[in-house]
Amino acid sequence: MLKSRETILALAILALLAVIAARFPAFVLPANLAAVFTDTSPLIILALGQMAVILTKCIDLSVAANLALCGMIAAMMNGAAVPLPVILLAVLALGAALGAVNGMLVWKLGIPSIVVTLGTMTIYRGVIFLLTDGKWINAHQMSEGFKAFPRAQFLGLPVMAWIALAVVAGFALFVSRTPLGRALFAVGGNPHAAVYTGIHVGKTQFWAFTLSGALAGLTGYLWVARYAVAYVDIAGGFELDVVAACVIGGIAIAGGAGSVAGCVMGALFLGIVKNALPVVGISPFWQMAISGSAILIAIAFNARHQGAKGRIILKHAEVRA
Amino acid sequence: MSILKKALTTAALASILMAGAAQAETKRIALVVKALGIGFFEAANKGAEEAAKELGDVEIIYTGPTDTTAEGQIEVINSLIAQKVDAIAISANDTDALVPTLKKAMDRGITVISWDSGVAKEGRQMHLNPSSSALIGNTIIKLAADHLPEGGEVAVLSATTTSTNQNTWIEEMNKVMGNYPGITVVGTVYGDDLADKSYREAQGLMQTYPNLKAIIAPTSVGIVAAAQAVTDAGKVGQVNVTGLGLPSEMAGHVKSGASKSFAIWNPIDLGYAATMIAYNLNTGKATAEPGAEIPMGRMGSAKLDENGEAAMADPFTYDASNIDQFSSIF
Repeated sequence: MLKSRETILALAILALLAVIAARFPAFVLPANLAAVFTDTSPLIILALGQMAVILTKCIDLSVAANLALCGMIAAMMNGAAVPLPVILLAVLALGAALGAVNGMLVWKLGIPSIVVTLGTMTIYRGVIFLLTDGKWINAHQMSEGFKAFPRAQFLGLPVMAWIALAVVAGFALFVSRTPLGRALFAVGGNPHAAVYTGIHVGKTQFWAFTLSGALAGLTGYLWVARYAVAYVDIAGGFELDVVAACVIGGIAIAGGAGSVAGCVMGALFLGIVKNALPVVGISPFWQMAISGSAILIAIAFNARHQGAKGRIILKHAEVRA
Repeated sequence: MSILKKALTTAALASILMAGAAQAETKRIALVVKALGIGFFEAANKGAEEAAKELGDVEIIYTGPTDTTAEGQIEVINSLIAQKVDAIAISANDTDALVPTLKKAMDRGITVISWDSGVAKEGRQMHLNPSSSALIGNTIIKLAADHLPEGGEVAVLSATTTSTNQNTWIEEMNKVMGNYPGITVVGTVYGDDLADKSYREAQGLMQTYPNLKAIIAPTSVGIVAAAQAVTDAGKVGQVNVTGLGLPSEMAGHVKSGASKSFAIWNPIDLGYAATMIAYNLNTGKATAEPGAEIPMGRMGSAKLDENGEAAMADPFTYDASNIDQFSSIF
């Protein structure tokens, strides 16, 4: 069943591309598709982090704020002439720490994740304001190397796209081949059963948030370097795009089900829509309605296919009890 | 001991005498700003000092609270009333909260005007806007047209579909399109004041209209994002990004050539004009009534509308020649 969902999503993406090509043929040129993929890279990276969190029956609404804070810190470190590799390590560590705060609150205090991350989302944005007094860091205040790294071409694609590909590959290995990766599914699929198999639910959720945070931190640098500007509101509302990408990609919002391929395609679908709407000449008043409809259709589709629950095994034992 | 006492008395006497003399000769105009330490207002003070030098008999008192609160400004105004200044020119932190205090000031014969950020009609004699919607609408298309002697296609990158300011400016721009033959506006897109969406919309414009010559972005987020998109697309020199932005945010893009020029009010001119108006009202050279024209020195004259408001001038154009001077200011 999961396999067919990915196939359908792939077909939907192809159909979408065909419709766009009919109105604006240049859109499907390889160079433009590469540009669209690059533009969607931040969404893909964040959606994978979000997928880990959603698999464990949680949600992380603070990713965009985390991204903005780490991006601002990266720009400020750059202003203090810190070398780029150090900045990259710093944003990963800072992002992970911010994610760990979410994870800690969910794990140790048992607060619902939607409330925790709604709170930290506002706090992280507030911290940026405290750090900067609302001032911007602009293109001319960033070093050339800092801005050039995500754009640098390597084998025909910008580094930013390669980073996204590396994250996708690493994440696919992580969820399919490591104990923690498998635990994400177990915790979300059936928390009680997971406990009996020796999996710590809270700890697994903690690591999912930390991972999501680290990826958000990395994306923070990429974002700021790409758009060459850092201020309090960057990526405002982007957390909703990230959740939407997961939902379209077939990650069950109730946890425990979903695939890396689906998640990546969900992000690509949204990315293509975002990049195509400006060129196909659709009134801006309709754009939001179209994005919204895509999400609703995907959710309706998910709901239809969520019929098959776990099987009851040992029927006899149940009857006897 | 007695020597010290004598010295003190002399000093006190001298200061009283000097103060008396100063009051008789020079007009003391207080420039009250939203908060001290903001580059924009420091620049306005520079303009006020320039006006003072030109007028000769004016002393500028540059003051304001340490944070942008109405309470802070009320304290400042009360102390100015106690000091018996001649005029107060204020950029207000709140439209209504300052009215009672400013009324008190006017009752004591102090000339009160607001500039930049206004106070309600009852609390001031007139308000000086940095510009007007009509002037801004004309300026943004003129900025694009100035670099397109042959004409060509231009597009607008706005904020959201519902932004009142941007919609009014674009409407005003469309009214004067007839004055710019050869320039066609091929489309208006909306970046929602988000860097990533504005960037994508700018990319879309360049793809959809291969002959596009200029992108007009009357929003500070949009203009920066569009300039970056043009740079990344390798179209610097081909597509000119212009509109409204802040010098500190645009400095890099003006230097790279992505933006040949852009506009925003000039705080120096604003401080200068506010001082000139305060002086002319206080000395009775002009009265603040609907339809009146109040001279502003080198800035021409301000014509009051029925609400006692006036527009100073076209937004000021920033380009490679002056960007360094202003990017450190605001």
